[in-house]
Amino acid sequence: MSAVTKSPWVLHYDASSCNGCDIEVLAALTPLYDLERFGIINTGNPKHAEVFLITGSVNEPQITVLRQLYEQMLEPKVVVACGVCACTGGVFRECYNTLGGADVAIPVDVYAPGCAIRPEAIIDAVVQGLGILEEKRVLLAAGKLEPAEMPPLPSAANKTLQGRSVALSWKDAIAQAQESSKEEPSEKEAPAQEEK
Amino acid sequence: MADRTIVPFGPHHPVLPEPLHLDLVIEDERVVEAIPQIGFVHRGLEKLVEKRDFKSYVYITERICGICAFGHSLGYSETVEALMEVEVPPRAQALRVIWHELSRTHSHLLWLGLLADAFGFENLFMQCWRLRERVLDIFERTTGGRVILSACNVGGVNHDIADEDLQGIVLVLEGMIGEYKTLLKTFMKDRSVANRLRGVGVLTKEEAIGFGVVGPFARASGIAEDIRTFGHGGYGLLGSFEPVTADECDGYARCKVRGDEVFQSIDIIKEIIQKMPEGEIMTKVKGSPAAGARAVWQLEQPRGECFYYAKGNGTKFLERFRIRTPTFMNLGGMVHTLQGCDLADVPLNVLTIDPCISCSER
Ligand code: SF4
Repeated sequence: MSAVTKSPWVLHYDASSCNGCDIEVLAALTPLYDLERFGIINTGNPKHAEVFLITGSVNEPQITVLRQLYEQMLEPKVVVACGVCACTGGVFRECYNTLGGADVAIPVDVYAPGCAIRPEAIIDAVVQGLGILEEKRVLLAAGKLEPAEMPPLPSAANKTLQGRSVALSWKDAIAQAQESSKEEPSEKEAPAQEEK
Repeated sequence: MADRTIVPFGPHHPVLPEPLHLDLVIEDERVVEAIPQIGFVHRGLEKLVEKRDFKSYVYITERICGICAFGHSLGYSETVEALMEVEVPPRAQALRVIWHELSRTHSHLLWLGLLADAFGFENLFMQCWRLRERVLDIFERTTGGRVILSACNVGGVNHDIADEDLQGIVLVLEGMIGEYKTLLKTFMKDRSVANRLRGVGVLTKEEAIGFGVVGPFARASGIAEDIRTFGHGGYGLLGSFEPVTADECDGYARCKVRGDEVFQSIDIIKEIIQKMPEGEIMTKVKGSPAAGARAVWQLEQPRGECFYYAKGNGTKFLERFRIRTPTFMNLGGMVHTLQGCDLADVPLNVLTIDPCISCSER
């Protein structure tokens, strides 16, 4: 075992959960079980994380976000779906804006059900994930680790990737902001003329 | 004038427990404009009333938001009860108040912890969450769940609390007060905390009224408004109480208001336990909401006034169910506080309104 599997750092992302599972993920890290004493730290930076905890079901805009976060994490990495929403879509499965569980967007290694998931279940799932992480680490060291296969994109999300993906939107926003700063005076004048 | 740059903030960001995206237009270190982008947590729960009958939908409302889970099931139940003119037994109403106020305590402690985390006071964060676990223990003991309680139902509540357990709740809460006071003293008196919060994200009273902000955000700007004082539902059993307010209008005031509201909630729970009525905890609800019947309801959630609307169509499915959540009202005020603030204060300004994105987007 190496430091990677002894004290893994976790990245937590709320795909579109109800917060119930998020606060339980945090509860597992804070004094209830105090996982930090084992060196398990919640980090905001995907590049530092080995374990990716996902809560909540996945909708269209989330697919790009999840994929980006997943791709920014370095190998070896494991993905744990926390809560029944992240496993299958859960109670939100029949909603019009829910595509399904986390495995719609990225490959998932461990499924941990529960609504809301109990901190014990999270710990159990992460421990299970550590076994997989160790396997992957050994494979990686031998140069045999194949990257996990990405699930096919739902057809609706293809459009998102091309059009209004999160990664692209800030560039659009710059363009919009520059345009709007040019247009602002004329916009203000226009209604005044109408009033006359 | 310096060049304008756009800094994307979120949807994944260490201080944000939930996905929210902001495009921050900055000049040097100063934010000139913040353009919010939401839609990451939208699931379409309001539409689900067409697929779940009105009795099972109460379990969906709990999952609108896991932090005020009980509050949403309470608001929904009370709206449907108003729609069908159901009388709720007084004991059920009193029990609802206990759970709702406990939710407020747990929500505020959670928020205080997240705030401490946002300005990098890791120890304080842990202490807040440690104290919060005691409230969750009460939940677990009385209902079996830690965050999703499934305690409230149309017509009453699903679980009764025995008298010894009620006394136990009082003991636990009284045991918390001492430690909580020490904790709050750190928030209120510590110099580094004050440096971080004082004068940050000011929203004056006039602006607060203009933006229509609600809850602790409004009360911290000096607006004494609290739906609980109207005496809806079980709150009618209580004596009168005053909303907690502060006049500083900044992040520090919001911290103070939420901090003091925990004491208020504990007082309310103690008062209602003393006055606990005896009797049934559930009325049998027969039939379905009449066609064309409408009802509205207001409820003070931990984050502010929440507004519910329901319309029946004669079947066991509701025609329409609508929620206007507190964060939805507060987002306008938040974007306003972001304009002109320093880049380093953005996380704090976002956090001090206690945003609950999954409520607002449903
Ligand atoms: S599994 Fe339950 S508690 Fe967790 S995010 Fe889904 S609805 Fe919320």
